[in-house]
Amino acid sequence: MGAPLAAAVEHEHSHPALQHHFENLEQQREAGTLGMWVFLVTEIMFFGGMFFAYTLYRTKFPDSFATASNHLSLPLGAVNTVVLILSSLTMALAVYSAQVGKRRNLILFLVLTIVLGSAFLGIKAVEYRDKYVDHLIPGKLIPGNPFNPAVAAHGDTDPHKLHLVGNAKVKEVEMFYWIYFAMTGMHAIHMIIGVALLSVLLYFAWRGRYGPEYHNPVEILGLYWHFVDIIWIFLFPLLYLLGRHLLHSA
Amino acid sequence: MSEHIVSLKVYFTIFIALMVGTALTVWAGLQDFPGPLNVIVALTIAVIKATLVVLYFMHVRYSSRLIWVVFASALFWLGILFALTFGDYWTRGWL
Repeated sequence: MGAPLAAAVEHEHSHPALQHHFENLEQQREAGTLGMWVFLVTEIMFFGGMFFAYTLYRTKFPDSFATASNHLSLPLGAVNTVVLILSSLTMALAVYSAQVGKRRNLILFLVLTIVLGSAFLGIKAVEYRDKYVDHLIPGKLIPGNPFNPAVAAHGDTDPHKLHLVGNAKVKEVEMFYWIYFAMTGMHAIHMIIGVALLSVLLYFAWRGRYGPEYHNPVEILGLYWHFVDIIWIFLFPLLYLLGRHLLHSA
Repeated sequence: MSEHIVSLKVYFTIFIALMVGTALTVWAGLQDFPGPLNVIVALTIAVIKATLVVLYFMHVRYSSRLIWVVFASALFWLGILFALTFGDYWTRGWL
């Protein structure tokens, strides 16, 4: 604390968290928020490339993508959507608690957000394991367990087998799983980073660093967390729901 | 411009709207709509949900013009990414 504190003392009405290159806390807050938004713009472009790949191959292989999508677990995907939106609410409430200076509530909501984020990752791990068991990990990513799903014959209802819709081909189904693992995997990495950063925030919240005057770290991590939520809001219908209706007509 | 504190009522209302949107999107995904309507309905609901998160949870509705411009620029560049790359793929068959 020594050096930055000494520099801040030169400011009139200084706050320990005010960095020396800012006029006041308001300016520092605006700059921090803007910085996070600029980072999120690069994140939108990063995920945008993958959303483009998805759109392109879905247009090319509609039946195969529907087949692969139907093999995903709709209940697990839907529960995870609810868990993640709930975690966005607790994150928003954590920001609110910091703004109104309720330290206990801030700690409570940060813990809840960490728990919900971890629950999402746990459910995701269960789904990944199911794909491993059914030999749906694309290529040869897992040594000794290459992409090699069993295909259901007509009338076979085994849920572990692929039920090909229309002109679906196993090779094209593999493309869906490349995109599925790339997108949900990158999303999960963002969640892991988010949970780690939330833990750091929790430590400083515990120490009482955040209050009505200074809480920008809580606010900008909130922006990041909601962004990750938005990515999932698009991933859920695009990955899990794209071919369900074809099951009735098939 | 000082900080705007969004009320608890707004947060809970948005949360309920997002839950309703999630239920709607699951329901719509199980219906057999004609033509490309399934995709259109799914994306419309997702865009509405994302807009609610951006405006209220991420406070953009109460943020400075600068934040609006930065966010709009993201959509603009995303549009370029999609338009130009699709332009390439769509027109390859013309050669």
